[in-house]
Amino acid sequence: MTDFDRQMQEVDARTRGARAAFGRWWATFIKELIQLRRDRVTFATMILIPLIQLLLFGYAINTDPKHLPTAVLIQDDSPFARSFLAAMRASDYFQMEAQATTEAEVDALMLSGRVQFAVQIPAHFGRDVIRGERPALLVIADATDPVATGGAVSALQGLAANVFSRDLLGPAANLAGKPGPFELRVHRRYNPTGETQLNIVPGLMGVILTLTMLIYTALSVTREIERGTMESLLSMPIRPTEIMLGKIAPYALVGGVQMAVILTVGRLLFDVPVLGNIGLLVSLSMLFIVANLSVGYTFSTVATTQLQAMQMSFFFFLPNILLSGFMFPFRGMPLWAQAIGEVIPLTHYLRIVRGIMLKGATASDLQSDMLAIAAFTLAAMTVAVVRFRQTLD
Amino acid sequence: MTMAAPSPAPAHDSGAPDVVIDVEGLSKSFGSRTVVRDLTMQVRRGLIYGFLGPNGSGKTTTIRMLCGLLTPDSGRGTCLGYDILTQSAEIKRHVGYMTQRFSLYADLTIRENLEFVARVYGLPHPRRAARDAIARLGLQNRADQLAGELSGGWKQRLALGACILPSPQLLLLDEPTAGVDPKARRDFWDEIHGLAHEGLTVLVSTHYMDEAERCHEIAYIAYGDLLTHGTVAEVIAHANLSTWTVTGPDLAELGEKLKKTPGVDMVATFGAALHVAGRDAAKLEAAIAPYRQDGARTWRPDEPTLEDVFIDLMGRSRDNFG
Repeated sequence: MTDFDRQMQEVDARTRGARAAFGRWWATFIKELIQLRRDRVTFATMILIPLIQLLLFGYAINTDPKHLPTAVLIQDDSPFARSFLAAMRASDYFQMEAQATTEAEVDALMLSGRVQFAVQIPAHFGRDVIRGERPALLVIADATDPVATGGAVSALQGLAANVFSRDLLGPAANLAGKPGPFELRVHRRYNPTGETQLNIVPGLMGVILTLTMLIYTALSVTREIERGTMESLLSMPIRPTEIMLGKIAPYALVGGVQMAVILTVGRLLFDVPVLGNIGLLVSLSMLFIVANLSVGYTFSTVATTQLQAMQMSFFFFLPNILLSGFMFPFRGMPLWAQAIGEVIPLTHYLRIVRGIMLKGATASDLQSDMLAIAAFTLAAMTVAVVRFRQTLD
Repeated sequence: MTMAAPSPAPAHDSGAPDVVIDVEGLSKSFGSRTVVRDLTMQVRRGLIYGFLGPNGSGKTTTIRMLCGLLTPDSGRGTCLGYDILTQSAEIKRHVGYMTQRFSLYADLTIRENLEFVARVYGLPHPRRAARDAIARLGLQNRADQLAGELSGGWKQRLALGACILPSPQLLLLDEPTAGVDPKARRDFWDEIHGLAHEGLTVLVSTHYMDEAERCHEIAYIAYGDLLTHGTVAEVIAHANLSTWTVTGPDLAELGEKLKKTPGVDMVATFGAALHVAGRDAAKLEAAIAPYRQDGARTWRPDEPTLEDVFIDLMGRSRDNFG
């Protein structure tokens, strides 16, 4: 055998097989880890993005706001009308901002956004209450922000039941025990779930992980192309799958760190418990992290520049926020929107994370969501490997 | 293929393929622009094969097709015995490709870059391999410096070091010495010759004539066409140029006149002398006769240089191209 043949065989021997594939994956993993550590901005964002977002959203998002600006249109000067307004003020939800004299004035106030609520007490309201005719009391809520007004509306309904207990005396006293001396007509459906911070923090974990994971890998391939290092990489005996897994793995670790930060801060600052199994939560969160890393990586193989990859990421991020059930109750969306939502990993992750943290759900409760995320990940990775351009053509 | 070369190509045991690169009719277009047209070439093992031609002539595209980074539109061939169309994964295991633009990771140190390469090629001890390579390159003091912070010459040394680390059988070097100072260039070529002596085949593209003359064989490619190939002596002989060297006053003015004279194919100024060449000796002699008679300058028949040949070739191909 010649030197040439021997050398060729030696190289063949050490570049074939599963061990060699693992070695190439490892090479990429180490390389990415070093690059990640050296990129100070990225490194800082890993910790800062989850922290800042959590604090901002955790404290800033209040789905049960008080002191909402309210307008009143009083067309009846009975003690009932005055008691009702006093009770509204006492509930803390309403702040009387304006006294309207016509319906047109109410409309203008609502339209300009100066008030979020308007209460109309119709003419002969007091008289009709006493006659037991259950007159309608009209409450108009600004439906553009349904979540914000939900709490106020339910407070109003509680108020309606017993507001007149002091006024209904004498011959009208028999009305006090009835289902309600008047009918509260609310022009809007209200939000039945009544969200709180308890619900926001687990959801935020999903949103933060989606955003950061997506962006990190979305840039990974396009960056190599733009810096010219792809030409070298492609001339080496490394396969698309090895490159992909090698690039995803370091960020999965980053995702794990982010998850730990969010859970700790959520516990310390917002008293969000983890009722279910923490091991289950961590492993399903890792699955979710890998799912988002795969999407980002897929964008990276499809895009030709880093800018394009960023745009694709934001395009994907939007339905994540809107259709996953993070921002609006999932069941409140129309069916077509729910169908889109079912494709998004965040939708399933929200069920998982809220289930485990708040309801103590177990693996068997969450089976279908787990499978959905796993299937999504596999599909994204397949697209990425197929789309990965192994030549410069 | 022939013999005469600056240093003899090393002889090898029989059995192994003697021709390392063997391609036929390679063509490649990007959109409507044909970058390489019907290229046929053979490179024997252990040779340093120079690839010359003006910018944008298709050198880089050809090299990329050889190592599987680009797919030819048509044509066929082998590289190290592997089919360039279907076996590029095999080719990549045995080829070291040094890109024209520095393409190692600027945000990794020298050591980290070399360890990455060692791991990708499955070397048994990546750290040791990197350490040895650093010592061989004389980069011990800079081992932990970021590759992006190195000067041009050091970057090029590092890139070459990374290429040869996995002990390839074929090196493809795309303008490795562009923008590198003469001393570093000379060291680089000494290294290349050392590697060729050990049996490595090297295909190197360059613009420099002195580098072309250090190659065992050369090929000249212009605007997608391979115009000539062989040893330097063969290329010169094959061009069949008659050359005269003129010295004396007002050479620039003479040069302008000669360029327009039929029978004169090439005029080029070299310092205080003018090289005048033609492919037909008799016609050339007739063309210059009037100028020789005025006796103002000294005319002397001369051997054409490689540069004369290339300038002539470039002029001709441009004519065809335009």
